[in-house]
Amino acid sequence: MSATGRRRPVPRFGHGSRVPGWDDAVDLTKPPATVPDPALTPVPPGLKEEIEAAMAKYPDRRSAAIPALHAAQEVYGWCSPEAIDQVASVMQLTPAYLTSVATFYDMFSTVPKPRNDVYVCTNISCSLLGADEFFEAMLAAAEGDLDVNVQSFECLGACDIAPMASVNGEYVGPLDVDDAERILEDLHGGRPVLEHKQLRYRRSADPGVPEEETDFSSPDRETTEMTDTAGLGPEGDTEDRPGPTAAIEMTTAQLEEHPEPEKATDEEEHAATQDPGEAEGGSSRAMEEGQ
Amino acid sequence: MKLLLDRIDEPGLNTLPVYERRGGYQSLRKALDMTPEEVLSNIMDAGVRGRGGAGFPMGRKISFLPHGDMDKYLVCNADESEPGTFKDREIMQKNPHMLIEGIVIASYAAGISRTFIYIRGEYAMQADILEAAIAEAEAAGYIGERILGSDHTMSLVLHRGAGAYICGEETGLLDSLEGKRGNPRLKPPFPAIEGLYHGPTLINNVETLATVPAIIRMGGKEYAELGTETSTGTKVVSVSGDVQRPGNYEIELGIPSRELIYGLAGGPFPGREIKFWFPGGSSSPVLTKDDLDIPYDFDSMAKAGSMLGSGAVIVIDDTHRVLDVALKVAKFYAHESCGKCVPCREGTNWTLKMLQRIESGEATPMDLDIMASVQEQIIGNCLCVLGDAMAMPIGSMVEKFRSELEAEIEAARERAEGAELDDVIPIGVADEHAGPFPVH
Repeated sequence: MSATGRRRPVPRFGHGSRVPGWDDAVDLTKPPATVPDPALTPVPPGLKEEIEAAMAKYPDRRSAAIPALHAAQEVYGWCSPEAIDQVASVMQLTPAYLTSVATFYDMFSTVPKPRNDVYVCTNISCSLLGADEFFEAMLAAAEGDLDVNVQSFECLGACDIAPMASVNGEYVGPLDVDDAERILEDLHGGRPVLEHKQLRYRRSADPGVPEEETDFSSPDRETTEMTDTAGLGPEGDTEDRPGPTAAIEMTTAQLEEHPEPEKATDEEEHAATQDPGEAEGGSSRAMEEGQ
Repeated sequence: MKLLLDRIDEPGLNTLPVYERRGGYQSLRKALDMTPEEVLSNIMDAGVRGRGGAGFPMGRKISFLPHGDMDKYLVCNADESEPGTFKDREIMQKNPHMLIEGIVIASYAAGISRTFIYIRGEYAMQADILEAAIAEAEAAGYIGERILGSDHTMSLVLHRGAGAYICGEETGLLDSLEGKRGNPRLKPPFPAIEGLYHGPTLINNVETLATVPAIIRMGGKEYAELGTETSTGTKVVSVSGDVQRPGNYEIELGIPSRELIYGLAGGPFPGREIKFWFPGGSSSPVLTKDDLDIPYDFDSMAKAGSMLGSGAVIVIDDTHRVLDVALKVAKFYAHESCGKCVPCREGTNWTLKMLQRIESGEATPMDLDIMASVQEQIIGNCLCVLGDAMAMPIGSMVEKFRSELEAEIEAARERAEGAELDDVIPIGVADEHAGPFPVH
């Protein structure tokens, strides 16, 4: 983690970027915070259930500290003092304990941060292929953007698509400096980010893997139809696609939010046989409708 | 021969129907027909060595677990954070059931009823896929009470981390799984005796556990025919950096490294030459282009003064400076050091500062000697090997590219229009000269 992303002031809060408490020195005359009283600490119902479900999975409830903080950060956008208090009251731990955990891990933020995370890998393999230039471009593009948190990250485990970034958890690469603007456009447009460069569509590089011919290049944005092959039956896929093999399971809540645009997909496939250019527009329309 | 990447791009392989159609979970049925001792002896015969970095034989690790009725745990280490490594990611994303089957078989062999997968927090898609696969396996009765009518009962919990390299270290991982900061523990006691929740714990890498179904299918002795005598089987190697076709390649251990880098990964870009390469992730001492004919297996790499590590080859060509790579390595370990042991916490930070002094033109060739001595003082002096993991590659770079680094020092001093050599105060003498760079 570089300090660059985290230290940028985020003036989205009504009272300015400085949240009371975090920047003040500790008052040593006060007794340390104890385990918050559940009766006095209201917790959003969904969050409480999620934390309790996590605690039930382990022999020791403390094991749920990381899942619980993930859940709280999901709700509040960062591990705010209130969020930590709420987790502490559900888990019956001290806020100090949870703060010690939250500050150890790079994915938790104890300062306010924008909701969208762009982690740019700047480790060896990525930097050999231009990650530092991309990171600069990404920082410059997101300058003043209050919704995007750009952070340089250590190896994200995707050196095969170097230089790469993780945009809200979605791995994209290989990137060039022009992609910085496109990532922001896709984020603000609510579209899947750089879909033609997403890791989930990448084939294995090993020539011994697929019996058919192997395409090492990433699928082309203009000509490739992007379809998730999730949920295919045992017959598999008859069409030659850029190589998605991962069925992405959606939770019921997500499905309610994003109903499957079945009809739109059919039309779009029909359109694809006639005019690939039109299909591109059609697919993005379908995506917008879906969301 | 493909065992782990066998037709891995088949659509829908991450779902149970496709995996079963390809013979999935048949190894589990076969294993449950044997006694746990027979399964263990198969794993022993296979001689499969840990694929996570240390290369410790898996069968022997299982045999260290005490017998008896106490709570025992199995933790699958999916916190794949070693720079250059991305093999587990592809296995979990595309063939999660192979890993789950391996975990169930291993838990049967070791008499373990509670198992966990600790996956790094950044692998969000892979975690979702695994979660769905676990639910499928539970519904089909491959995980749970009295699996397939046998006496074996086990549970599997997926645990997402939150971004810390140190949690790939086995005891740091245990602390993190217990909900603490991921600080490594003093060893002994080793996790096999006292690990998760103070119980005996078996910790294996994703790739190691994913190999188990193939071992049971083939039989341990037949599996051991693959590879070399001491490095049996196949290994997925992640090749990245300055090569034309970066990616995961499954090889039989013992093939020449040249075949791996040139034959499979396409070699360096046209007009460039390999300068040096990491054979096993950024923690392994670097090898040069003269070492390309060394067989790629555990013992040959150790004999060459490096290590196979996690099986991640990073290739650096002649257009890049050694100093830039050393800076990246040092910055990574300085950031990821958990801060518990002084030699690692201070050593990684000072090494980074010394390298930055070279860049800013403040260094003298003497600094290279100090840097080498710092590395020597880190190695073997900490609870875990994170510090060693920086000291070994940095030490090897200073040793093998000393003349280039000396030239770099001179050039930077000229660039900075620095003072005469004598005016530079060596590091440690005056603190204000220790380098102005804060480290985070």
